[in-house]
Amino acid sequence: MQSLSPNILALLPEYILTIVGVLIMLAEPLLPPASSRKPLGWLAILGTVAAALASWCQLHLGTLTAFSGTVQVDTFSVFFHLLISAIVLVTLLISLDYFEGSARHAGEYFALIVFSAVGMMLMTCATELLLVFVGLEISSIATYILCGFRKGSATGAESSIKYFLLGSFATAFFLYGIALAFGATGSTSIAAIAAGLATTTTPRLAFLALAMILIGLGFKVSSAPFHVWTPDVYQGAPSPVVGYMSTAPKAAAFAVLLRITFSAFGPMEHRWAVLMWILAALSMTIGNLGAMLQRDVKRLLAYSSIAHAGYILVAFTALRSEGIAAVCFYTATYAAMQVGAFAVVTQVTGYDEQIRSIDDYTGLALKRPVLAAFLGLFLISLIGIPFTGGFFGKFYVFSSAVHSNHVWLAVVGLFNSGIACFYYLRLLAALYTRPATENTRLDRSSRSLGVPAGIGLTLAAAATLVLGIFPGHFLNLAQRAGAAPAPTSAASTPATVPPAAVTLPMQ
Amino acid sequence: MAAQVPTAYYLVLAAILFSIGVGSFLIKRNIITIFISIELMLNAVNLTFVAFAHQWHQISGQIFVFFVMVVAAAEAAVGLAIIIAIFRTRQTLNVDQIDLMKL
Repeated sequence: MQSLSPNILALLPEYILTIVGVLIMLAEPLLPPASSRKPLGWLAILGTVAAALASWCQLHLGTLTAFSGTVQVDTFSVFFHLLISAIVLVTLLISLDYFEGSARHAGEYFALIVFSAVGMMLMTCATELLLVFVGLEISSIATYILCGFRKGSATGAESSIKYFLLGSFATAFFLYGIALAFGATGSTSIAAIAAGLATTTTPRLAFLALAMILIGLGFKVSSAPFHVWTPDVYQGAPSPVVGYMSTAPKAAAFAVLLRITFSAFGPMEHRWAVLMWILAALSMTIGNLGAMLQRDVKRLLAYSSIAHAGYILVAFTALRSEGIAAVCFYTATYAAMQVGAFAVVTQVTGYDEQIRSIDDYTGLALKRPVLAAFLGLFLISLIGIPFTGGFFGKFYVFSSAVHSNHVWLAVVGLFNSGIACFYYLRLLAALYTRPATENTRLDRSSRSLGVPAGIGLTLAAAATLVLGIFPGHFLNLAQRAGAAPAPTSAASTPATVPPAAVTLPMQ
Repeated sequence: MAAQVPTAYYLVLAAILFSIGVGSFLIKRNIITIFISIELMLNAVNLTFVAFAHQWHQISGQIFVFFVMVVAAAEAAVGLAIIIAIFRTRQTLNVDQIDLMKL
């Protein structure tokens, strides 16, 4: 493996997934229209496992830089590569049976998931904002299509257009931020921006750049006040896709946000920490209060995902290495329970999604006890009860905030965790309540739990429990990610030519 | 040789274009018009990049513009396909009428 050039070695997981995605796209039209698309799904699963193994091998190679310093593979990026592969793997497993007999061209679904994973992986290992942008768009464009994958469904198309319009709107802000950062420092490389900020003559322009980038990424991680698209998009999109798009793109966006804030704009931490404080407090409060008003289970989980984005943002106010470790750990636990919860929703509602509200879920435990038990576990973890991953995630996030003297933010977070109990417990209680009138909708949708979906659910549940009972090993990995060195400018040096004497309007 | 236009002029023009894009994104009710305002915002970004690239004597800003153009084209292809899908299911492109999902 050492004989390969660094350019191939550094992006090996991405190459594997790209090849698999292209193969699936080529095989899709060759298969007869009536035949099952499951083999293509298994091919995607195989590719994802191979990509995860390749990432794991990269862990033993130390820090790799490739493509003239635009890509840096270190413990930080490997952590997110592994996390994204795991999310993709579980998503593929639970959606293998989802399209059976209902949708044609299901092969495209597997290819799109794999392609979007390539984009997210590129985002996490990029140290050049140009590559971050390209990766962001690869993942976003694939996800826009996935949202509307149920052709002919009006809510699916609506979800897709809303995600597309607001996603592109956010991308424009993100790009404007990059352009302004380029103007303030003369480079778009993260290392060179950090170097250029020390000598910049236009600090206000740099701050404006960071604010624009925060708006753009705030949309992508659905933090309040940029969350308005989340409930509608999640409600209309197919359930397995929601489980995927509420975790993997957010993990990648958080990775980019960590690199941009702590590495590129590290010298300005005292200024952006305030913004993070506000974003975190708003997201937690609006997410939790919004979730209390919801009757639709998918909308409820959408608002809860806004709140969880807020919890993760709390860790951004912490000290560098501790904050990064807390974000990594929380992102992973959140991914395990959120993907798991939507896996159960997928199994309960099926392709048509006739079962929507909490009332429809009443008595689920009587009809399908295994699924109800799984959903109960994920809800308990989302609340943050000890011996589940959610508890330790919250614990590390809030303790990291307290260590950097943001006690009030931790208090706001703890209050919010209390409020969150209310709506999670309401759903949990409904699962184990005998319905007043016979709930026939649950009967109609009943399909037995397939083997792949069962494996996927078990993986998510095992991850949730292991992160809660034995967090040590995984926390060690997260801490190594937090200790990864900031990108340094190897090939790309900051511009030496001073800016021409122009008077910028911002000054 | 004619006097050069200062870089700041280009930046102000780009900021105005970006603001028009944001404003019309929020005000307009037709999906195609909203989509056009996003393109306007992206072009304002391109203008900013080119202006700064000129100021810093760095080619990388201009290269970025090419990537933005290519990605915007890809986004337009997917976006128009989604717009066709929404028109087929709802027979309208007015965002006020595309409101199946409310609390």
